[in-house]
Amino acid sequence: MKAALAALCAGLLFALGLGLAGMTNPAKVQNFLDFTGSWDASLAFVMVGAIAVYALAWRVVRQRARPLFEPVFQPPPATVIDAKLVGGAALFGVGWGLSGFCPGPAIVSLGSGSTGPLVFVGGMVVGMLLKRVTMPAMARSVRA
Amino acid sequence: MTDFTPLASLAGGALIGLAASSLLLTNGRIAGISGILGGLVDGDPQARLQRVAFIVGLVLGGVALALATPEVFGTRGDGVSLALLGVAGVLVGYGTRLGGGCTSGHGVCGIARFSRRSIAATMTFMATGAITVFVVRHVVAS
Repeated sequence: MKAALAALCAGLLFALGLGLAGMTNPAKVQNFLDFTGSWDASLAFVMVGAIAVYALAWRVVRQRARPLFEPVFQPPPATVIDAKLVGGAALFGVGWGLSGFCPGPAIVSLGSGSTGPLVFVGGMVVGMLLKRVTMPAMARSVRA
Repeated sequence: MTDFTPLASLAGGALIGLAASSLLLTNGRIAGISGILGGLVDGDPQARLQRVAFIVGLVLGGVALALATPEVFGTRGDGVSLALLGVAGVLVGYGTRLGGGCTSGHGVCGIARFSRRSIAATMTFMATGAITVFVVRHVVAS
């Protein structure tokens, strides 16, 4: 129960961070990707802020024997760079560019009550199901 | 056009990093959104309640943002059809599961660990994202 409450709080904080950062505005995300047009470099600052904090936390937290509310840390993700990684990331980028949504901001945007995010997240679940059906062997593997 | 907002974006990024750090400290888990949602879609019994709780937290955060500062969701609705959004969603869902992560899992958590795999993934989705926006805005639209 403690772990679930902690996850709820982390999700809330994550959402507020995405909102403050500008990630919930699809136009801002697409402008970040539009290097030859109306480029908005803001999202590079989002990445710098997030990576700096997490890099520090990773070094400090992983020195603990275990997390606060769970018996073990999730095992380290895979390290191999293969066609699935690159192909999957490439497909993701196309969908990201078309919509201006990546998974986190899309789920947060459900809270706005707009139809667009609802359709997008529905599509995302369908895509995940497609992956599960077409390549079930990988379904339980550890993710980065 | 959207305004260049380096300070707000840096602060928002730091909050995202803090949220991911807290999930690591309390639950020992990587805050990869596609992985958290994908585990539910796959019916993975591991940490199901935590996954649901995290996603509920995201949506509740969205509701709070909608009540306090609805402008953070932008004012689009011009030109992007629901059909296109649905197709984009399928690509994002399939691609993130195949590639093992998205902007949060690879782009933030992975890069912060200096994971070569995550750096490769992030460079790839940034590149195809930029190419897609270029084609949509500067080739198709003109």
